[in-house]
Amino acid sequence: MTLIDLANPSRFLSLTARVLPWLAAATVILLAVGLYQAALAPDDYQQGATVKIMFIHVPNAWLSMFVWGVMSIASLGTLVWRHPLADVAAKAAAPIGAAFTFLALVTGSLWGRPMWGTYWEWDARLTSVLVLFLMYLGLVALWRAVDDPSRAARAAAVLTLVGAINIPIIKFSVDWWNTLHQGASVVRMGGPTMDRAFLVPLLVMAVAFSLLFITMHLAAMRNEILRRRVRSLQMMQVSQPHAT
Amino acid sequence: MTMSLGPYTSFITTSYAAVAIVVLLLIVWIAIDYRTQKARLRELEAGGITRRSGRGATDI
Repeated sequence: MTLIDLANPSRFLSLTARVLPWLAAATVILLAVGLYQAALAPDDYQQGATVKIMFIHVPNAWLSMFVWGVMSIASLGTLVWRHPLADVAAKAAAPIGAAFTFLALVTGSLWGRPMWGTYWEWDARLTSVLVLFLMYLGLVALWRAVDDPSRAARAAAVLTLVGAINIPIIKFSVDWWNTLHQGASVVRMGGPTMDRAFLVPLLVMAVAFSLLFITMHLAAMRNEILRRRVRSLQMMQVSQPHAT
Repeated sequence: MTMSLGPYTSFITTSYAAVAIVVLLLIVWIAIDYRTQKARLRELEAGGITRRSGRGATDI
């Protein structure tokens, strides 16, 4: 099945119905394994048991940027290739991305208090992630404010692509500016600096959260297709009132 | 086996609880949205509104 085959919403819905149960099952299993490994991970010699927050904070932080990346590719699909499901994908991803970004901020804050002595600091990493969260909320508001999905899609696609400039700023903020936030220790030139005892559970949790995102995203896309079907039928109902 | 989180128990458990609550809310919201859209489609179909393809509104 090619990308163009999926341009047919009915074919996409049929594929979604088949893969969603498997994806959900794989997510639950991997989350259980990841949580078990996280529980067994030793305390860090500096951070003590608070290192356990890393196993949920980092996957949420990665996904906050990854989801915007997905929305940016979908936005290109809307503006350049006019793929019928591109703006469905972008619209469905936004609230999920907002939730992951919110969780990255909350768990980071709860990790920061015992380690840095403060819940919040207006440094480059924290501020740029807060900006990302506000951009997600702005996009969700835009989609809700414009009634016609095709009009909203183009405006949202442009905003998403402009907002994509924030992603490298978030990633490299710890290198470009002095921040309280630690530098990269997994995705970096020269490989991870983290001990295997922490790295393995972290990667398992990252894959589990990625599967969680894919599962929720496909389900939300399915809902959005159905919502558009409802809208077009309601418009038909208005044009042929005798049908009711 | 008991897990000791030391003096940071509240920070760690609040973090995990926050993630669990938000993820659960997302899942519930998606599930409710699915049921709502399906119900609306069935309602429209019952009212005689059909898709141009002729297939039922709730059919894939």
